[in-house]
Amino acid sequence: MNIIISLTVSFLAVFGLVVIAFVGVWGAHLEWLFGVVIPYLAVITFFIGIVYRVVQWAKCPVPFRIPSTCAQQKSLPWIKYGYAEKLDNPVNTFWVVCRMILEVLCFRSLFRNTRLEFGSGQEIKYKSAKWLWLGAIAFHYTFLIVLLRHLRFFTEPMPFFVKIIENVDGFFQMFLPTVYQSGFILGAAVTYLLLRRILDGKMRYISLPADYFPLFMILGLVTTGVLMRYVLKADIVSIKELTLGLVSFKPVVPEGISVIFYIHLFLVSVFFAYFPFSKLTHMAGVFLSPTRNLSNNTRIVRHINPWNNPVKFHTYQAYEDEFREKMKDAGLPVDKE
Amino acid sequence: MYDGGKIITGIVIGLVLLTFPIWYTHGTPPPRPEVKLPEKEKKCVQPGAYMKLKHMQLLDLWRDSTVRAAKRSYVATDGRKYEMSLQNTCMSPECHAKKTEFCDRCHDYTGVDPYCWDCHIPPKEEPKKEKPEENVH
Repeated sequence: MNIIISLTVSFLAVFGLVVIAFVGVWGAHLEWLFGVVIPYLAVITFFIGIVYRVVQWAKCPVPFRIPSTCAQQKSLPWIKYGYAEKLDNPVNTFWVVCRMILEVLCFRSLFRNTRLEFGSGQEIKYKSAKWLWLGAIAFHYTFLIVLLRHLRFFTEPMPFFVKIIENVDGFFQMFLPTVYQSGFILGAAVTYLLLRRILDGKMRYISLPADYFPLFMILGLVTTGVLMRYVLKADIVSIKELTLGLVSFKPVVPEGISVIFYIHLFLVSVFFAYFPFSKLTHMAGVFLSPTRNLSNNTRIVRHINPWNNPVKFHTYQAYEDEFREKMKDAGLPVDKE
Repeated sequence: MYDGGKIITGIVIGLVLLTFPIWYTHGTPPPRPEVKLPEKEKKCVQPGAYMKLKHMQLLDLWRDSTVRAAKRSYVATDGRKYEMSLQNTCMSPECHAKKTEFCDRCHDYTGVDPYCWDCHIPPKEEPKKEKPEENVH
């Protein structure tokens, strides 16, 4: 799809959501709809959707081992099979778990990314390319921190780790309210991930609105959140009353919360509802990737296809039993007399 | 379903983690905190609605102004003059004399832990504010 169309469609979709929330709350005073009904529907959609997707994946048979084998397979004793090989071509669950931990927590497959380049003349080189890994890891971890920091609105009393996270995040004690680095790093990382798709020709060619929309969505979330905390301000006592009402299933909508909060909440709601339908499900899907979560034991264990049709065999013994006399008459050798 | 046991365990762990706020904050949430406003003084340096949202920015400005520029006089929007001082203006005996009945109410509720008190000493509360020496006994 054309880059201009993709970008415009995705941007307008997010901008439209902002306008809907703004008009709905500022113009039509639908605080209950945007503050209670939509968040509940969104969270229900999120949970049902994710569980549904996981169950659908679980119903797909994976009869054969298809792990991506990035190193030498375990073979004859004199062929080297060290730790690197165990990790990248695991033969048992332990090494699969190690590989998954590195994948889920450290994004190792992005870290191993290489780029093909021409050297002098026809010579080609594979160069390490870590920018995607850096962008991705900054993005995911700051997003996690931002999410955990939001627990202060959803729990009373606050769990101990929220305070620790806040202290580390606001380590530099700049301005009041204290600047949390995570929000700004998150914004920068998402901007990088977006520019990467727009500026790199190869990335641009394979990018679709389904790639741009979540990026614009997260940019919208970060922008509204940062604006609300540092610039436009909102009454956080009333906000906490609302959010605590949501998690304790006794919803209340206090008066006088500024529109920016409802815009932020509406974007979050749409983000949650969009989750199961989009590429964002990789949050659950990473654990169910057969190319990552299977061990390469095809030479050690016999894997039988469970949906093989039962084949009716006619063994030689049975054949001979059936035709023994005729075979003898024709002078053919037989096993049993 | 293939590997049902493992997958259902994974789903359950995921759901338990993601619904953390719900089971952690079960039951009735605590009531909205109410701050105790001063009895005599009815006018803050800026209107209440402004202070509610932006008091931290005002105080930050005051700190920078007094500590870095040595300017201690604040002219409010309505023309009245104040000394820029957390302890002597904001928390004077006529105004928000008790940290626990004013500042802490909302800060505790929303989990805000301002570092004002790393340097400032909140006014002594109970029993007599004018003679803090007597509190030692």
